[in-house]
Amino acid sequence: MNRQPLARYEVVIGLEVHTHLKTESKLFSPAPIRYGDKPNHNVHPIDLGMPGVLPVLNREVVDLAIRLGLATHAVVNKRSVFSRKNYFYPDLPKGYQISQYEEPVVSDGWIEIEQSTSAKAPAKNAASVADTVSKRIGITRAHLEEDAGKSIHDAAVAGSDDTHVDFNRAGVPLLEIVSEPDLRSPAEAGAYLRSLRSILRYIEVSDAEMEKGQFRCDANVSLRPRGSEQLGTRTELKNINSFANVEAAITAEIARQAAILDDGGEIVQATMAYDPETGRTRVLRLKENADDYRYFDDPDLIPLIIGDEQIEQVRAAMPELPEQKRERFQSEYGLSDYDARILISNRALADFFEQATRAGGSPKSVANWMSRDLLRELNECDLELEQAAITPAALASLIELVAEGRLTAKSARDLLPDLVREGGEPEALMQRRGLEAVSDSGLIDGVVGEVLAANAALVESIRDGDDKPLNFLMGQVMKATQGKANPGEVRRKLIEKIRG
Amino acid sequence: METLEAQRVGLDAGDVSSRELVTRAVARARELADRLNAVVGLREEAACAEAAEADERHVRGQLRSPLDGIPLVLKDNMVQCGEPTTCASRILENFVSPYDSTVVERLRSAGAVIIGRANMDEFAMGSSTEHSIFGPSRNPWDTDRTCGGSSGGPAVAVAAGITPFALGSDTGGSIRQPASFTGVVGMKPTYGRVSRWGLVAFASSLDQIGPFAHSVRECAWILREIAGHDRRDSTSLPFPVPDFAEALTGDVSGLTIGLPREYFVEQGADPEVLALVRAGVAELESAGAKVVEISLPHTGYVVATYYLVATAEASSNLARYDGARYGRRASGVTNLEQMYRRSRSEGFGAEVKRRILLGTYVLSAGYFDAYYRKAQQVRTLVRGDFERAFEECDVIATPTCPEVAFEIGAKTDDPVSMYLGDIYTVSANLAGLPGISLPCGLVRGMPVGMQMLGRAMDENTLLRAADAFQRRTDHHARRPPEFS
Repeated sequence: MNRQPLARYEVVIGLEVHTHLKTESKLFSPAPIRYGDKPNHNVHPIDLGMPGVLPVLNREVVDLAIRLGLATHAVVNKRSVFSRKNYFYPDLPKGYQISQYEEPVVSDGWIEIEQSTSAKAPAKNAASVADTVSKRIGITRAHLEEDAGKSIHDAAVAGSDDTHVDFNRAGVPLLEIVSEPDLRSPAEAGAYLRSLRSILRYIEVSDAEMEKGQFRCDANVSLRPRGSEQLGTRTELKNINSFANVEAAITAEIARQAAILDDGGEIVQATMAYDPETGRTRVLRLKENADDYRYFDDPDLIPLIIGDEQIEQVRAAMPELPEQKRERFQSEYGLSDYDARILISNRALADFFEQATRAGGSPKSVANWMSRDLLRELNECDLELEQAAITPAALASLIELVAEGRLTAKSARDLLPDLVREGGEPEALMQRRGLEAVSDSGLIDGVVGEVLAANAALVESIRDGDDKPLNFLMGQVMKATQGKANPGEVRRKLIEKIRG
Repeated sequence: METLEAQRVGLDAGDVSSRELVTRAVARARELADRLNAVVGLREEAACAEAAEADERHVRGQLRSPLDGIPLVLKDNMVQCGEPTTCASRILENFVSPYDSTVVERLRSAGAVIIGRANMDEFAMGSSTEHSIFGPSRNPWDTDRTCGGSSGGPAVAVAAGITPFALGSDTGGSIRQPASFTGVVGMKPTYGRVSRWGLVAFASSLDQIGPFAHSVRECAWILREIAGHDRRDSTSLPFPVPDFAEALTGDVSGLTIGLPREYFVEQGADPEVLALVRAGVAELESAGAKVVEISLPHTGYVVATYYLVATAEASSNLARYDGARYGRRASGVTNLEQMYRRSRSEGFGAEVKRRILLGTYVLSAGYFDAYYRKAQQVRTLVRGDFERAFEECDVIATPTCPEVAFEIGAKTDDPVSMYLGDIYTVSANLAGLPGISLPCGLVRGMPVGMQMLGRAMDENTLLRAADAFQRRTDHHARRPPEFS
């Protein structure tokens, strides 16, 4: 009976996303933000909480917060306040984190997610948009705060059993984006995260790369009997570190809670961790030991005041949002709604499309190749487009080779895995692999003659008006030419010879 | 030649060199170390080198400011790159700053020569300079008595003629009260006038750096050099710095001085102290000022409000001293909890612990509204009191303290009575106003300070009134008999 908990229970999910802002320097210090540098190389006395230092707000972050507010249909608050969240931890240099508490910079927004109506999970790089419905997910608030440093317990890194702390990350600006508890399945949670990440990348607020810790997610999960209006007791899943794990972790937590409820038990408020090895969630700490963070307004900072003028300036300079891009792709390139939706589903795809088009590919062919073949190939290789070696120009020239008849569509598809994995020039690759289409009329004529001679009975029935065997004959010719013959030409020649 | 002005004249006339002044100051600091314990760290070599540079500037006629070549001490809570800053605390006893505070930078560009660091109550928490790992500083007027605090060391350095001026910090009266106890001038500028960058925080919304000297005019010179907007302090005020000394016209006609009714009640205050302050005000009245009675109705709440706000902020500001990155870490610890517990237990003194506990309590869930939020509301009312008062007067005159310096040890077991001594000074910090304490006579051989408070950003009027008082009196020329 535990198999399908969502048949009996409705799950209510709210997500808290921490995303690094794309700024040159830290939230309150002039230290640069660079990933992958040696530990403690990008630190300023401010980041170390030295005696006597004071924070100064990096004004760069204000425009980014406004952008997020505008992109999520939210209220950009004219006044917001920085508070201190007090707790002790070695990676927290001041003994408090500067965050926004009672008065956040952004509140009351929403974003739309596309949710597949079929049970099949959406593809990695693009939602399968054939059978989708869209749903609005509320955003309660988004607030600015500083990231902490990183504790390194690994003996191999730290060089001993001691714990070492790297403060390169301490003070990196974050937006914490808190959703309403509007999500009703692990898949919706995944869709929300993909949609939010896509928006953050579109508006250049964050690179939002989960692997670099730039995009982190906590999930609040509770169950209630289907039909019930009352919210169940929730648990908080902390620091889920990959997209795949988000849905898996929530699914595991649903199973855990359902098993307790099925047995007549009660859910205890707790902070949970997901272990990808076991596929289970476990209790990190119970909420009754909840920390008292003793928030109060940071007396070292003044309230952040944002004027209408600044909001309008940011609005005027806003990068194109996904929805705007979809409309433009339909009107400017004549794409179908289907193709346009797939291409805008992430910024990298949309940019790749436009670059391939500029490199000479016809928009419709580029869209076709991308939404079908390229995406399928990426999914098979388990790669993001940004990680793939293929360039927009390469796709454009691949399409051109097909259009010129020098490469059959089948051969072109055969080249795609190499292009995706290793890159390179399609024409050179085609020649190296010997896949150039056979354009030698004499050769094709010869093969056609042989196939017709070997299948005299079928030729007769075609002559009698039954076209069905034609496809079989075509297949025979293509096989004999290893797929390199142009199918249109083969068909034309077959009909010519049969009908005389 | 122990005043700033006298040293300026001597340097300009070529009667003395900066080298000599600095050498003399260092020698006097050493000579008085046992008896007064004012200076807790000297940087003799660096100071002599800087003095030599000042002397070269003098030869080339490139005077940087009236402070050029003049020695001073800093309270041991303003950082200087490469120098220790201890805040008189065990937890920072080995801390060497990797950067300069703004006041240090500005003093350097003014040519002033920092000879060392002066004693204080640990993390500026106290009113007697008794809570210090260096031991108490002593009052040069009576070495059995305290010099006040928390900026006791800088006050004593000036009062005993070690350096002609010094910088302290004032969170609830920590400049004005020791100035009053030691018979020197001490000034707290408007909150935001002097950058707090590099001042080790006690209570961020109250802390302000200010000068000690013998005269108001000297304080005006010093303030001009250290004041001004600083991008590194978000609470620093973006206003130009006037030439404060220019405002010292000696003229107080047309000036209205307000006497708060609530401050001149004899309950809890020494009547002789009140009488001297009244006499001081009468002096200004005879010089043409108008005197009116005003009311500051929330005076009864200011000490409680101050100790709620200050301890709350302190509990958070001092969280960074955890033994993890710098400062003292307890030895032999085996886990994180132990590192925090032992490093902080061993590193902080009793008064600091008391205030961290108080502050943690008032910010805690369930108590926040009743204490911290309520204190913020009262703080707003206190500001309102002053706004209304300054509609009726231009400066307010009060005693700096209810009594003269008390004996060392007299109040160490009774923190509340120590806190109540701050009754006249904390309001200026709560409201962010400038205040100054001026010597106005002796009671039983001990100095008494008259406090004057001004409108925010209007140091000019405040300094003009204070200077006018000094032009007509010679209280500030008195020196402690044994140390003159």
